[in-house]
Amino acid sequence: MRAPKNLPKSPDDSLITQLLLKDAAVRRGGRLLFEGVSLDLGAGEACALTGANGSGKTSLLRAVAGLVRLEAGEIGFGGVDPADARGEGLHLVGHADGLKAARTAREELTFWSRWTGGATAAIQEAAEALDLVPLLDLEVRRLSAGQRRRLALARMLAAPRPLWLLDEPLSPLDARWREGFGALMKRHLDGGGLILAAVHDPLPMAARSLELSA
Amino acid sequence: MSRLAALIARETTLAWGRGGGPLVALGFYAGVATFLPLAIGPQHDRLAGIATGAAWVALTLASLLSLERMFERDYEDGALDLLLLSPVPLELTCLVKCMGQWLAAGAPLALAAPVAAIALGASPALAPLTFACALLGGLAFAFIGGIGAALSLGARRGGLLTAVIVLPLFVPPVIFGGGALANFAAGLPWSGGFAFLGAYAAAAVAFGPLAMAAACRNALS
Repeated sequence: MRAPKNLPKSPDDSLITQLLLKDAAVRRGGRLLFEGVSLDLGAGEACALTGANGSGKTSLLRAVAGLVRLEAGEIGFGGVDPADARGEGLHLVGHADGLKAARTAREELTFWSRWTGGATAAIQEAAEALDLVPLLDLEVRRLSAGQRRRLALARMLAAPRPLWLLDEPLSPLDARWREGFGALMKRHLDGGGLILAAVHDPLPMAARSLELSA
Repeated sequence: MSRLAALIARETTLAWGRGGGPLVALGFYAGVATFLPLAIGPQHDRLAGIATGAAWVALTLASLLSLERMFERDYEDGALDLLLLSPVPLELTCLVKCMGQWLAAGAPLALAAPVAAIALGASPALAPLTFACALLGGLAFAFIGGIGAALSLGARRGGLLTAVIVLPLFVPPVIFGGGALANFAAGLPWSGGFAFLGAYAAAAVAFGPLAMAAACRNALS
């Protein structure tokens, strides 16, 4: 992994400096996944969201992103309007990565960077940081699961935003890239970013923990 | 603008690349124009009488073919989630996706429409109006079709559901466009039907994205 020396260390201005969950509850398909979930995450902090399969980790991440309605409770972004926070202040990387198999890695990285407000120069830097440069002209369908995940993660570096919502970000990565992406997460936190990550294995850094019980 | 330009370029290229895309629609359209004379006989007068109507109906049905995947693939692969995480309102995103659909499928079909009509025996004088009606009708079909595609997100047999939803809404443009063409061919005033077709297309462009965005949000949540 090349050192991402030239990448923006953090979002230019910390649009979001706090993520606040207050007694959040989510119901999906008529089933209450969780209730009474509270969290106060500040700038520079990471939180590992744990729990059994089906406990609602993904739904909580999607609720923070505004994609799932809360049954009860509140989600706040430290005084930032939720629409602004979701439109300009957070990234979501989930199992469904939104990458189109028939397009090249470069096309996808460029599109998502532009869509999320990234600068053109940051695209190359993001690709270098995740060692994607030799893969940029390959169609996404030709990438392995780990390479594809790195491409999905590179979108976050190509358009810096303060809050990263990650759904099992490390699972398809090999040991080298678990370590490598861990370093990038630390860098993001050092720059004042926030990370909420649904995981089954511990995050490779000091992180708070929030367990959801089904 | 940079975001919207990037999205429309992406939608257009994806539409050309995905199965059931514009080439299939064009193939279907060419097939109808080819098989119709084989089925009803090669008598020129008989064919000429129904040429514009047949071309118009074939265009309507061909427009259906590429609707199913307008939102479905983005919904399945998570791209729809990510499209929401932007300052661009979802309504505008839906509008741009439909414009991409129109550019990729509607415009090529509009180019093919006069050719098909003339091949079936219509007067070449009808070609400009056939093209204009197909362009406007294609716009209406893309935006009305987008509503059906968004409403059927996540449903089994989404393509069938899309067709069931949108076919009744395709009736007015079929009547207005077909009426304008028939009147022109008969030497009667045709501008009324054409104006109604334009008004219907404008209404579809204005209100369709609101319905699509609401349907997409509902499907995602």
